[in-house]
Amino acid sequence: MAKRVLLIEDEQNIIEAVSFILSRDGWDVKTHSNGHDAIDAVRARSPDIVILDVMLPGKSGFDILQEIRSDESFTELPVLMLSARGQAKDIEMAEMSGANQYMTKPFSNSEVLDAVRALTNS
Amino acid sequence: MRETDFAGTRIRQRRTTLGLKQSELARAVGISASYLNLIEHNRRRIGGKTLLQIAEALEVEASLLSEGAEASLLASLKEAVEEIPVGVTRSAATPELDRIEEFAGRFPGWAQLIISLQEQKGQLQRSVNAMTERLSNDPLLSDALHEVISTVTSIRSTASILVETKELEPEWLMRFHRNMNEDGERLAQGAEALVHYLEQGPNSNASMISTGDEVEAFLAENQYHFPELERQADRLVASDVSIEKLIAESDAIASEASVDLAHETLERYLQDARALPLDQVSELIATHGIHPEVIMRAFDVPMAQVLRRIANLPEEATGATGLYAMRTSGEMLPRKPLRGLTLPRSFSGCAYWPLNSTLTDPTRPVLTSMRQNDFRFVAMSAAEQDVSAGFSTSGACTAYMLIIPELNNPEGLALPVETDRCSVCGLTDCVAPH
Repeated sequence: MAKRVLLIEDEQNIIEAVSFILSRDGWDVKTHSNGHDAIDAVRARSPDIVILDVMLPGKSGFDILQEIRSDESFTELPVLMLSARGQAKDIEMAEMSGANQYMTKPFSNSEVLDAVRALTNS
Repeated sequence: MRETDFAGTRIRQRRTTLGLKQSELARAVGISASYLNLIEHNRRRIGGKTLLQIAEALEVEASLLSEGAEASLLASLKEAVEEIPVGVTRSAATPELDRIEEFAGRFPGWAQLIISLQEQKGQLQRSVNAMTERLSNDPLLSDALHEVISTVTSIRSTASILVETKELEPEWLMRFHRNMNEDGERLAQGAEALVHYLEQGPNSNASMISTGDEVEAFLAENQYHFPELERQADRLVASDVSIEKLIAESDAIASEASVDLAHETLERYLQDARALPLDQVSELIATHGIHPEVIMRAFDVPMAQVLRRIANLPEEATGATGLYAMRTSGEMLPRKPLRGLTLPRSFSGCAYWPLNSTLTDPTRPVLTSMRQNDFRFVAMSAAEQDVSAGFSTSGACTAYMLIIPELNNPEGLALPVETDRCSVCGLTDCVAPH
């Protein structure tokens, strides 16, 4: 069975591009595009990995990550964070919040794919 | 037959497009009409100076004549792909360059679009760099830039799919073409919104990109070194045509104030290059390391001029260098940042900075070792008099501070003071008066 990835991102064209490359790689890709109820989407989908944008409408990716980590079912869930902000303090904040990897935009397709595979040992 | 063998045909096509007679073009480039006729019929090989002169007269890139549009397009596309930045994330992108010719051949319009978008992205990236310091304090600007970066991300990802996917279903192809088109529009709108914001934003009294920012971006895009001015200095040519040309050709310089500041900066560069010839100074550095006193004595020039000159030499000769300058009035001149070191726009917060010490006593150059967190560096500063003091008027000067990583510090250069008490160095036990 294909592994599940949940992409939480609000930019439609990025969603399409990232979904395309992951699907081609054999992933079952689900998407979600707002921050308000992102944690519900995580619970509903039970993904093998979450790709989480930082700047989302309704709630920041950092807050969502804290919600994910405070749920005992998801303490080990791999989370790859995406952000346009690449300053050291942002990376530090992501690590403190429990991100497994922090990737700055603009990223390349292969970087996303490599990170997803590595974080899930695929 | 090779591409270059058809250069004559392209010259003829371009000449007729412009409505020029053969004799007119021949006269413009200083060759006989009969010789040009032979060239245009591919009966004489052409290259070097004549090709460049013809290209200039026909207002096209020489490569377009020698290699043709396809080769030029392909070269630009390869350049665009190679310019996609790596290092921000953990692994490098590896586009399939072996299929790039097929892509450019099948989709020349899209290839051109990628090139244009990459160029646009480069321009936007330069603006982003110039504004980084202010970003964290301005959520509106941060949002605008986030929009641009997100769009660029989408373009990069989509373009890679279009280039790298061997067999793309028509519906996906159409969708990604549509997305590229949408993102192109969004990028254009985002760029316009940024420009509008910067020119007429809520804090319009203080434009987000200052004159100094523009000139810094201009210097950075030239890597702080101007071979054309080096040549001009070498020939002792008095004209400043090169300076005006360099400024006019830069996208970074937009405002009149920036043109003036860039002009002033390059005039100073030219004077320094004449006083301290590139080859001779480089040789001294190769022998003695970065030792400003040795250079000062060898050429009998002021220390401040030596520090400026070292910062403008190619990095191959000096290693990484940074330069900061401040007038007596507190105005900062365009900076050359040193990689790995974050310094503030104003040094007014700490009396121990060499730049401030030098302004306090302009007759005494300062050499000191400093550190910011774990980054250790050597700072050398010296002042240059701008206005002489009279009995009833104050003088004015500019202090220059050259910074080099401590690793580049030459043996035997004494470091008399260990100064790590600075408001920007990150130390918690700073005792300097603030």
